[in-house]
Amino acid sequence: MADRKRHRPVLVQVETPNLIPERDLGTIPVLQAEHLGIDFGGLTAVDDFNIAMGRTEISGLIGPNGAGKTTIFNLLTNVYQPTRGTVLVDGYDTAGKSVAEVNRMGIARTFQNIRLFSKMTVEENVLVGFGNTMRTHLIADMLRLPSHWRQEAEYRERALELLDIFDMRRYADTLAGNLPYGAQRRLEILRALATGPKVLLLDEPAAGMNPAETEELMENILKIRDELQIAILLIEHDMSLVMGVCEVVGVLDYGKIIAKGTPEQIQNDPRVIEAYLGKQEVR
Amino acid sequence: MTEKRPIISAGGRGQGAPDARRTLPMPVRYAINAVLVLVILVVGELMIDGGAITRYQSTVLEQVGIYIILAVSLNIATGYLGQLPLGHAGFMSVGAYGCSIFVIHMSEALGVGARDFVTGTPVTAALVLGGLIVGGICAAVAGLIIGIPALRLKGDYLAIITLAFAEIIRVVMLNIDGVLGIELTGGAAGLTGIPSYSSFLLVFGCVALVCFLTHTMMKSRHGRAILAIRDNEIAAEATGVNTTYYKTLAFVVSAFFAGVAGGLYAGCIGVLQPAYFGFMKSIEILVMVVLGGMGSMLGSALSATVLTILPEALRAFSEYRMIAYAVVLILVMIFRPQGLLGSYDFSLSRVIERVMNRDFPWTRRAARADAGKEVGDDGR
Repeated sequence: MADRKRHRPVLVQVETPNLIPERDLGTIPVLQAEHLGIDFGGLTAVDDFNIAMGRTEISGLIGPNGAGKTTIFNLLTNVYQPTRGTVLVDGYDTAGKSVAEVNRMGIARTFQNIRLFSKMTVEENVLVGFGNTMRTHLIADMLRLPSHWRQEAEYRERALELLDIFDMRRYADTLAGNLPYGAQRRLEILRALATGPKVLLLDEPAAGMNPAETEELMENILKIRDELQIAILLIEHDMSLVMGVCEVVGVLDYGKIIAKGTPEQIQNDPRVIEAYLGKQEVR
Repeated sequence: MTEKRPIISAGGRGQGAPDARRTLPMPVRYAINAVLVLVILVVGELMIDGGAITRYQSTVLEQVGIYIILAVSLNIATGYLGQLPLGHAGFMSVGAYGCSIFVIHMSEALGVGARDFVTGTPVTAALVLGGLIVGGICAAVAGLIIGIPALRLKGDYLAIITLAFAEIIRVVMLNIDGVLGIELTGGAAGLTGIPSYSSFLLVFGCVALVCFLTHTMMKSRHGRAILAIRDNEIAAEATGVNTTYYKTLAFVVSAFFAGVAGGLYAGCIGVLQPAYFGFMKSIEILVMVVLGGMGSMLGSALSATVLTILPEALRAFSEYRMIAYAVVLILVMIFRPQGLLGSYDFSLSRVIERVMNRDFPWTRRAARADAGKEVGDDGR
């Protein structure tokens, strides 16, 4: 491997609370952040954020509005350059990489406010995601050489198979902008999956969904994890979703992780209650 | 069919299984279009030979073809990539000078006379094709040099910087002879002695080729990446699209085709002066694209045709052309901001398939009404 020099294997420590030893011990965390932080001017938006995610772990990130959750996603995907700390994807440092390169290293994400390619069809949206693994040369595509047809047919089939995960094959030729809201959210996830990620970052996937749709989304998140064997980190305000699917939950307040643990531990943590509801006044 | 059919699917029809839709195989589609292009070329050529089209009219037709190429190529950067470059005439001039200088010097070296270009020999054909490619490559290199710094900017700023670059190119063409002390562009006096190699066949052959290559590029992974950048740059980046590369690619391809059009233009009018390629020329091409609909190849081609023929037909009012442009643009912006055709693109094979499937607008409306009763609104 040409990249061996940059390969920085970090073995998972058993005491890291969010790792399941029998599954993740001895493997490199698929996503690891150490002392990650960013300042905007004098404001410290995120400080000392640490995470180590196992291969097929589902983790949640919760916190009040403005706590810095989306900022962490932007740091992990290099949309913002971190002021401090490192991010390792499968052992490789993401420092100095562009957003697209980080995606190719294995992090795919969705957005809080839906960002689809709205004037392209659903199938084309997914095919853009597959673009990284497609290999035909521009000239071969322009002249419609046989390699172009082979590849297009192969990837169209793969795109339709991917759409089947969320039962969206019937929408394949619809413009993405014309989809119903829930389908747009699902398409964003599928487009992220098309890039072949090792970690999927979901930014409020259940926003604007009714309880039935949220229920379906929970099943889908578990289905994605089980079928594709990837790790999922999600930001969510809907506690039923967080408590339902996440193995580990981190609580963020004013840019700092104030609590971390299983959903049960988090629910009973006084610091979390304080962050959300405020402190009880002692008279 | 008892199962509930999805309404928003291929063709949006509410009846019949999706597999039942008859489609044309790809080779047949390409064959139909190729035959159509050949027929148009042959008929046009026969009409010119037979005298049904006068020499003047055929020159206007050549201009139409050249402007179609320019509009279609600018459409790559505006309609597909979603940027607003204002320096298309600059690339056109680089291509025009590159092509004509190549042709003049090579024909001198090979001892080919200007008359041979009119009659046409294998040598002149090779020279002209080589010249067009050289012109295209010169323009593409200029596009690369300009595109790399310019595409870091967006919107108005990109427009301003490309405008400035086009002016720089024009001034360079004007002064390069004096500065370097060589005989290259002829300066303000113009580059003369360009053989008139452009013909109806050559120009419209190039139009067909440019349209084909643009279409095939846009319907491939590269084109999808370019469209993704237009629709949402942040999402495109997060989806692994190398935005810098694809922006530059679209810009360079756009410049290449503009260079080819420039080469044809040189062979059409025979004299090149830097003044031809001023700011107004860029605006003229941009107007064609905006008017026809950004992102629509047919729209660009149609408005290029209309806006080239109209001034010729209304020669007496040519002074007022710019006023007419302004009025037409304002009206289009008010009543049809997406352009005459929006982003609609014509596909002959799609029309044939519809006829094969008896899928006409009136039957579709009936089908949609039926389906609407069953499942509700169809979201389109």
